[in-house]
Amino acid sequence: MDLTHSPADEAFRAEARAWLDVHVPAGPLPSLETEEGFAAHRAWEAELAADRWSVVSWPAAYGGRDSGLLRWLVFEEEYYAAGAPGRVGQNGINLLAPTLFDHGTEEQRARILPPMASGEVVWAQAWSEPEAGSDLASLRSRAVRTDGGWLLSGQKTWSSRAAFADRAFGLFRSEPDTPKPHQGLTYLMFGLRAPGVTVRPIGRLDGKPAFAELFLDEVFVPDEDVIGEPGQGWRVAMSTAGNERGLTLRSPGRFLASADRLAALWREHGRDPFTRDRVADAVIGARAYQLFTYAAASRFLDGEPVGPESSLNKVFWSEYDIALHETALDLLGGDGELAGGQMAGGRAPDGESADGPSAGADGGGWAEGYVFSLAGPIYAGTNEIQRDIIAERLLGLPKGRR
Amino acid sequence: MRFLLDAEQTAFARSLDALLTAADTPSVVRSWSAGDPTAGRALWSRVADAGVFALAVPEAYEGFGPRPVELAVAFVELGRHVVPGPLVETVAAASLLTDPGPAKRFLPGLAAGETVATVALPGSGPYMLDGDVADVELTVTGGSGGTGASGATVSGAGEPSTGELRLTVVPGSGSSEAPGGRVRRSLDPARRLCLPRPGGELLAAGPHLASGADAALVWARLATAAQALGVGLALLDKTVTYVKQRSQFGVPIGSFQAVRHRLADAKIGLEFARPLLFGAALTMDPADVAAAKVTACEAAYATARTALQLHGAIGYTAEYDLSLWLTKARALRGAWGTPQQCRELVLAADVVSGGARRCS
Ligand SMILES: Cc1cc2nc3c(=O)[nH]c(=O)nc-3n(C[C@H](O)[C@H](O)[C@H](O)COP(=O)(O)OP(=O)(O)OC[C@H]3O[C@@H](n4cnc5c(N)ncnc54)[C@H](O)[C@@H]3O)c2cc1C
Repeated sequence: MDLTHSPADEAFRAEARAWLDVHVPAGPLPSLETEEGFAAHRAWEAELAADRWSVVSWPAAYGGRDSGLLRWLVFEEEYYAAGAPGRVGQNGINLLAPTLFDHGTEEQRARILPPMASGEVVWAQAWSEPEAGSDLASLRSRAVRTDGGWLLSGQKTWSSRAAFADRAFGLFRSEPDTPKPHQGLTYLMFGLRAPGVTVRPIGRLDGKPAFAELFLDEVFVPDEDVIGEPGQGWRVAMSTAGNERGLTLRSPGRFLASADRLAALWREHGRDPFTRDRVADAVIGARAYQLFTYAAASRFLDGEPVGPESSLNKVFWSEYDIALHETALDLLGGDGELAGGQMAGGRAPDGESADGPSAGADGGGWAEGYVFSLAGPIYAGTNEIQRDIIAERLLGLPKGRR
Repeated sequence: MRFLLDAEQTAFARSLDALLTAADTPSVVRSWSAGDPTAGRALWSRVADAGVFALAVPEAYEGFGPRPVELAVAFVELGRHVVPGPLVETVAAASLLTDPGPAKRFLPGLAAGETVATVALPGSGPYMLDGDVADVELTVTGGSGGTGASGATVSGAGEPSTGELRLTVVPGSGSSEAPGGRVRRSLDPARRLCLPRPGGELLAAGPHLASGADAALVWARLATAAQALGVGLALLDKTVTYVKQRSQFGVPIGSFQAVRHRLADAKIGLEFARPLLFGAALTMDPADVAAAKVTACEAAYATARTALQLHGAIGYTAEYDLSLWLTKARALRGAWGTPQQCRELVLAADVVSGGARRCS
């Protein structure tokens, strides 16, 4: 039992910190959920990639540093502490890439991963459908066999950043008459600007237009863009989704940085006694999440799979994130209602994003961060679904009626 | 960096668990609560033989310690089995006795389980736990010239003042006094609260006693946090077992989502308290320990509320053993620092989480 990093890991931390000190933009970038912000964040991905900081845990061959999980955690701590921008490439990096590492072909990895690492190709996740949310396996979009590939038809929705992204990955029903809904699905990648694709942006709660629904009308996908075996899409998608939700969807560094900013805000507001306990809980929660993740990483490095424990931290961070932001808004009083970037003397917000740090005590951002945090218990598997997983798979309770 | 218990630590937990399971702790608790400490004292010796108290006692005085991580491991098990008695207080006493004279006189007995100690520190409240059963009572009085790092002994102007450590050897030690007199009943029947006896032998005096009291408080909080986590884990286990067996409307109540989700939340609360506990044991930083204490106690208490609700009326009876854990969870929440005091301490430092730099 030990929490000290090796000298080599500390050297890695120092190297990351030094790089970030020089390169992190002085002011926040415009929100990555807007067209302008998307372009700016894409350029930031390229800058990260140029010095191999965009995907530190990947093999060097694909633009990474083969850093391992612990150094990835260290990097993320430094990244958020430095106030660096949200990551526009995160859907591809966190969800598609691990799937390709496990189930893709060598050709797919070589073709897809380097441009993903550099932000040249930004990926969107096209899993949800209008009739298939929590019950994802009930999805109806089709993949029909054709010469040298597949024709995709149907509708996908709630696809984050699909309005500006380049390509998407998702599940399609390739065998219509299977006895169980999660059989006969195929996992495929397709271009968002391919013929037959219509992208309709949807304004989110905060009005930002990067969320989209996708209408697919006989979109051609070559065989080389199928991931894993046709018909095995469910297994392919699920094997990595749970793992990644467990360790890499939300790194502790993000919450440690937010908790520090909240505590600074609290001090600025004269150590407001009414919010004191909630501020303390935010600080404690960030530390708890960090240590929980270190323990999970230690188990992972010992060779244990992440498993259903990942549902514990999904519920934890999503509720934690809301509580943290609510506390900040309450501390700000009347100003808490202001949308970001308007507070006197404040820096403009980073533009909340699925991964952007909230702008801190120095103005704005909290309200936008708050509005984004509200989505946490809904996406990546709703918290009700996660609690079911905890009840059944960690506590061994009998299956309930769904 | 490997933030996991090692094989030896896990084996230690398992062997304590086996020992305590065999000891039928619920009946020990019940006789302890009724004022008969015989079985409790016998169990105390076995816990000591397993090395638990020695973990708080330096090697120079016949202990194995100080080893906070192993101590936390042990106290999780003691909490899981609701072992009665001034366990936390004995650990606090061990860290108070640093002057060579008193250390030599008492620490070997504490480590071996021959001496049961209870303690009152400045700011720790009016009562001593189980003062009627303990062999020795230790009282630290006087203001503190310390930094107040533990939050217990913050003195007004910060002028140095002299603390006094006093000892009372309990007459007829080991035989419990009847309630009434100086013994007060706790809402947890297994906790017997006593007003400290006045006077006693002066063991030591000097400003260092203030920082000694701060250190003792940190140890007491760590042990309490671990004990609370154990209480919460046991409550969760018992409730999971119960909801699988109890049927209503023709199905086990554990298949109802309203039931399942409450238990999932209890699990989340406890599983996030655990790393705080072991992280605090590694640093022994007063703010880390306070964070672990408040989080473990809140999680255990929330689990107690859930456990009672999901057991229905049977959970509300004194005969049913669940009550032993339910009342303990409530009592520990306020012992050795209220949630508010602990949270205050977390924010007292100027750099709070230290953010990313914390683990470096
Ligand atoms: C900000 C945001 C970004 C998103 N990004 C993406 C993306 O990039 N790609 C993508 O594919 N999807 C994305 N989603 C969609 C997300 O994955 C779905 O919203 C989610 O899976 C829930 O589905 P639903 O919205 O259809 O809700 P429903 O499944 O209709 O659920 C509605 C409510 O009913 C509850 N419920 C449903 N079933 C049960 C049950 N068995 N037991 C108890 N309660 C139940 C749910 O928990 C929820 O509270 C995003 C969503 C949001 C909010």
